[in-house]
Amino acid sequence: MSVPFYVSPEQIMRDKADFARKGIARGRSVIVMQYDAGIVFVAENPSRALHKISELYDRVGFAAVGKYNEFESLRVAGVRLADMRGYSYDRSDVTGRSLANAYAQTLGTIFTETNKPFEVEIVVAEVGERPEDDQLYRLMFDGSVADERGFVAMGGSAEPITSALAEAWHPGMTLQECVQVAVRLLGDHGDERARTLGPDQLEVAVLDRTRPRRAFQRLSNGRLDELLG
Amino acid sequence: MTASPGLPDPYRLIGTSSFVEFLQALHPERLPRAGDPSTTASLAPHGTTIVALRTADGVVMAGDRRATIGNVIAQHDIEKVFVADDHSVVGIAGSAGLAVELVRVFQVELEHYEKIEGVPLSLDGKANRLATLLRSNLGLALQGLMVVPLFAGYDLARSTGRIFSYDPTGGRYEEHDFYAVGSGSTFARGSLKKLYRRGGTSDAAVRTALEALYDAADDDSATAGPDMARGIYPVVAVVDGSGARILPEDEVSPVVRAMVEDRMVRPDGGPQDEEAGA
Repeated sequence: MSVPFYVSPEQIMRDKADFARKGIARGRSVIVMQYDAGIVFVAENPSRALHKISELYDRVGFAAVGKYNEFESLRVAGVRLADMRGYSYDRSDVTGRSLANAYAQTLGTIFTETNKPFEVEIVVAEVGERPEDDQLYRLMFDGSVADERGFVAMGGSAEPITSALAEAWHPGMTLQECVQVAVRLLGDHGDERARTLGPDQLEVAVLDRTRPRRAFQRLSNGRLDELLG
Repeated sequence: MTASPGLPDPYRLIGTSSFVEFLQALHPERLPRAGDPSTTASLAPHGTTIVALRTADGVVMAGDRRATIGNVIAQHDIEKVFVADDHSVVGIAGSAGLAVELVRVFQVELEHYEKIEGVPLSLDGKANRLATLLRSNLGLALQGLMVVPLFAGYDLARSTGRIFSYDPTGGRYEEHDFYAVGSGSTFARGSLKKLYRRGGTSDAAVRTALEALYDAADDDSATAGPDMARGIYPVVAVVDGSGARILPEDEVSPVVRAMVEDRMVRPDGGPQDEEAGA
């Protein structure tokens, strides 16, 4: 009888985490930032059809990096959970916190119970009445959650972009300032050589505090041209 | 709600963009349902008259504010015209509780599809979804709990306003210029027939819609006229290329007042453009 080859649990978890990290590092980055009137999502994404940024509910948005089919299934599940909860209870009972929680549980279960972890990283953002009430949750492939302030960067060049954002970001920035900073950083760090990204290579959306019900809005190429000056 | 805080497997695995189909698969008990119609039909409040008409830039829809149970007025200020999504509105006559639930699930259905697919449904697609929802309530309709919607919206592909009417079996019909549903609809339609001008402005159509409701209230006891004492006026929705909106009260009340003023002189109304020799 052959003896099964023993691998320690620590080793298995490490291997899985390395695998997921490598997958995520291959993709382009996404930046989520607070500005004076809401939250802006900026992604380098040449595709018009396959979105990395999406609306989950009235005041809640979603951004992801990594494997498209995996974060798309999570996005759809999040929309369903939000709509189901809002329909069963009330629209005001759908919160970013509960959605982030659901994602954390799901990612955690997938990471520990399946052979192949999801190669994704997610931000769930909720825009509040005032900037102090805004919430940014960053979810890792293993289900861990970080409650972020101000800005989040994910994807291949997350580290250099995060340290650059720590310098550049301050409370009360305008939408234009935020978009310009984000686009510059994505261009500086996405490739070996610095590039200038145009509206065609970008996917940008906002959660605008001042909009009445559904705060989420995609910015058109024309509007982006204006903002990038 | 499920006790588990995570996302249950079906949330990730069911392959549909429809909220109603998702609900049917997972929680059919949460779909709009009424109790045993044989006992509830006579107790449920009934909503009455809705009118809709096409304008040069879209559509206008208006509904009176009364709900009745038999000969009793159940509610003076019920709202029966709703914004369904960015470019469409829905008005409902018939069993009020069921109607409001039906509108609620319809609103979620449209928004859900838009979020999952990334693009809104076509106007025909929306009209068909509403027909499907009605058909699933067919059993109730046959037993007396009837819901009769009127759906209208701006068709972005054709750049025009369109109106759809339904029968309780889910049959869907496109109306050309104007339509009315509910107990006062016969009178409202007669009024619209005389007052409607094709290609008119939204402002003119708002006045025409209010006139039609006034005429309906004149002859149908279940339809309310404008309640000047309480300041309760019909709910009026305007849809055009820029979107759908319910007019705020301070935009409706001057039109209502002007109309009532005119009716003081001519109680049965009359052509608004008399001088033009129409």
